[in-house]
Amino acid sequence: MKELICILCPNGCHLQVDEAGDYAVTGNACPRGAAYGKSECTHPTRVVTSTVRLLGGSYPRCPVKTDRPIPRELIFPVMAALDGVTAASPVHCGDIILENVCGTGANIVATRSL
Amino acid sequence: MYDLIVIGGGPAGLAAACAAWERGLKRILIVERDRELGGILNQCIHNGFGLHHFQEELTGPEYAGRFVELLSQTGVEVRTDTMVLEVTPGKRVCMVGKSTGYREEDAKAIVLAMGCRERTRGAIAIPGTRPAGVFTAGAAQRYVNIEGWLPGRRVVILGSGDIGLIMARRLTLEGAKVLACVEVMPYSGGLNRNIVQCLEDYGIPLYLSHTVTDIRGRNRVEGVTVSQVDEHRRPIPGTEMDFDCDTLLLSVGLIPENELTRQAGIQTDRRTNGAVVYENMETSIPGVFACGNVCHVHDLVDFVTAESTRAGYAAADFVLGGPTEGQALAVENGPGITYTVPQRIRPGNIQKNAEIFFRVNRVCGKSRILVTSGEKTIARFSRTHLAPGEMEHIVIPGTLLANASGSITVSVEEAAT
Amino acid sequence: MTDVLIIGCGITGAALAFALSRFRLSTVVLERENDVSCGTTKANSAILHAGYDPRPGTLMARLNVRGAELAKRLCRELDVPYLGCGSLVLAFSPEEEETLQELLRRGQRNGVPGLEIWDRERLRREEPEVSPEARAALFAPTAAICSPWEYCLALAETAVRNGVRLHLETEVTGLTRSGDGWLVHTNRGDFESRFVVNAAGIDAARVHDMALPHSFDIHPTRGEYYLLDKCEGGRAKHVLFQCPGPSGKGVLVAPTVHGNLIAGPNAQIVSGDDTANSAQGLSFVRSKAVKSVPGIDFRQSIRNFSGVRANTGHGDFVLDIREGFLDLAGICSPGLTAAPAIAEYACELLRDAGLELTEREDFIRTRRRIRFKELPAPEKAALIAQDPSYGRVICRCETVTEGEILAAFRTPIPPRSVDGVKRRVNTGMGRCQGGFCGPRVLELLAKELGVCPGDILQDRAGSRILARPTKEGAQDV
Repeated sequence: MKELICILCPNGCHLQVDEAGDYAVTGNACPRGAAYGKSECTHPTRVVTSTVRLLGGSYPRCPVKTDRPIPRELIFPVMAALDGVTAASPVHCGDIILENVCGTGANIVATRSL
Repeated sequence: MYDLIVIGGGPAGLAAACAAWERGLKRILIVERDRELGGILNQCIHNGFGLHHFQEELTGPEYAGRFVELLSQTGVEVRTDTMVLEVTPGKRVCMVGKSTGYREEDAKAIVLAMGCRERTRGAIAIPGTRPAGVFTAGAAQRYVNIEGWLPGRRVVILGSGDIGLIMARRLTLEGAKVLACVEVMPYSGGLNRNIVQCLEDYGIPLYLSHTVTDIRGRNRVEGVTVSQVDEHRRPIPGTEMDFDCDTLLLSVGLIPENELTRQAGIQTDRRTNGAVVYENMETSIPGVFACGNVCHVHDLVDFVTAESTRAGYAAADFVLGGPTEGQALAVENGPGITYTVPQRIRPGNIQKNAEIFFRVNRVCGKSRILVTSGEKTIARFSRTHLAPGEMEHIVIPGTLLANASGSITVSVEEAAT
Repeated sequence: MTDVLIIGCGITGAALAFALSRFRLSTVVLERENDVSCGTTKANSAILHAGYDPRPGTLMARLNVRGAELAKRLCRELDVPYLGCGSLVLAFSPEEEETLQELLRRGQRNGVPGLEIWDRERLRREEPEVSPEARAALFAPTAAICSPWEYCLALAETAVRNGVRLHLETEVTGLTRSGDGWLVHTNRGDFESRFVVNAAGIDAARVHDMALPHSFDIHPTRGEYYLLDKCEGGRAKHVLFQCPGPSGKGVLVAPTVHGNLIAGPNAQIVSGDDTANSAQGLSFVRSKAVKSVPGIDFRQSIRNFSGVRANTGHGDFVLDIREGFLDLAGICSPGLTAAPAIAEYACELLRDAGLELTEREDFIRTRRRIRFKELPAPEKAALIAQDPSYGRVICRCETVTEGEILAAFRTPIPPRSVDGVKRRVNTGMGRCQGGFCGPRVLELLAKELGVCPGDILQDRAGSRILARPTKEGAQDV
């Protein structure tokens, strides 16, 4: 049995995942928790939020995120990829700044119009 | 003459203005001291906002952006880069702005939505030198996320509130080394999910029941000492650990910013540090409302939105329908309760239910929350887990309040284990 | 070759520079730090003492009483926040009531005007929050409070307007006799001057020893303080002292000219300028302060600080001239009060040693600065109409505008750091302690100085605020 805290929402449910029993999850308040418990034990993923350089905007950085969760072990490679990116104002919230970052299938999108 | 002036264009002010417009007010003005609307959400670039309100997970700027978009479809007037200097009891608002000049505007109703500020080093009297490199977590967040500057390379964080945890991850991602997160209480002040995804993911140790007892460095922080504390939060000699760091981040609590409120002569509550409010977020001055973190510090912006929407509706009702009449019940804090909002309920003004937000003063397991009036128990609610860091709320059907007289008391009873 | 070179630009050096700037002289001031008032001057109780404490017959007694009188006028002319709130020395026992009588006699001998002993009833009526344990008090109407760093800045700025040359970040490394005068060696080259004045604060003994044989010691004595939020500011209407003991005037509770409440100091001998706070020191201050005013809510603390006093241990200032080298040393409490009188006395000593003092006709004696917050509404409106930067509030807690910061950049001694801006216009002095305005002040400074944000200092050289830009690639772990 593995004990986990669900990170999908602020409730933070205390999950028990049965690693021997096909990752059956208990302690979850919603079905998303069951899926999280299994994926956290098999291939943990995270949404990455950060910034990229911005030229010509009211601030020198534009906030961005991956538009879907990426494998946890790729967080730092994704951060490294963002180092090389420069966006130019105007940027609109939702604009794709970088496609298929690190081959994850996730795009980097702007989260603020600047 | 405006129908409504909303002071503050963060999530609380935006929701209140949108709600008042929706309810039929026409002349609404939002006064925002920053250059843009959105308030502190603009620097909270992490995700986790909006699960209740939008049923999806948004970042801070996205959440703010949704409301700015909604607002743009209304006729609400906005003055940014404008600071309110004074609110009079007669609802005159004095403000200054670089492009708007000095103005005095009158309003039929006012919503106070100024938000909160961070507690500082001075508030907790950390001994040691006073070099550069000691930041509140929010100031560091602004430098990293908005200005694009890393405040330090080797960081210790005091306080495990959510902003501190979020900054631990954020600084790590940007290449700083976060050596430890230190919490004086025996439990974290932040959400469990943030301990997992901000500390555990990156192997950052969390020291509970510890605090910073010394800061070293003449010009820039050169190190801090962390000591274990006893149950009275006093450092235990002999438990000192030295950290070689150039930065100390403080995430040691938020305080509602109520200078305008006090200046206007509005009654405030020592426990919330905000205005005393009725069920509709109205303050002791009829037609002046308070909502969001200026009223009490929230954990989740979604609840700020819900509360501020109520305040916006109530402000519109005040302007369109006149003052609320009726006797009020005082809401008292019984054993285990730190504060409640509202502090007063007028049963005659309850549509269906009365909602009470509160915080408990210690971590509790399986518990019952009791609402009593005199000897009578009016309502009881059960909870499996309660913590001071997590705002709780109960919904009392209005019909039950008819059984109360004078005051009601909210208290917590932990089940015997 | 200048006429006078002053080493150190704290309150003593600044007061002398200002006093000398009335005359046709060439005067230079050397300051080791990147701003004036960085030592004892910026970190003390901010009290202008009435003068009943010093032993009658001492220079300290005479210059204290004279200084208090001069300060009142100077603060008005130089637009320095000053509040003539008076002081009370509280007695908690019959023995301490005896001490009050002794202080009263001493004060009368020193020429302190208006001293009175108040009984318990009068005390409670005038100072309602004072402890009921206090049995009587000595009231001194001429005691006052001021902004010590603005006082120093105002004196130094006006001296510079009158032609005094101030060299910041210039540290004296040695002194040699050269003909009629002195050669002063510094990290920025040599300066030659006929007279040299040692106003080096806690380093005065070291500077003295560079020029003349050793003759006095300085025992740096650290005092720690609490500064409380304005919501606590009303707890004291007067400066509230306890009866003095062997280690100084004890812990006081006082209002500040900015509306806060201050409590402190303790007294601890330290080495050098060790201005760290200690848990024991702060706890001592708390316990003593509530003895005077039991209701103080220390949860409303907004800042702790400490300052080091230049005690000599023999109850008087060291004001001596030999071979054209004038010591203004051992300027411990009441040094802030005495400063203009010390300067007046120093001018006499220099004149007696041969310096010719001829008054100039074009002496500037006044200074004004705009305090937006304090203006009446129509003046606020007019000011913004004339210069819109006064409409942008940068510091929310203290209501300080961009216009005031930009004006500070145009003064004779412009700020070089975030704390330099704070000392001039009060940004970051309030309850959020610069949490909100810090980044914006930093941005304005970077623009003004034409440097990148990473080069902006919190205070002294080496106190950089930011490490490096994000998105530069390299990991710093």
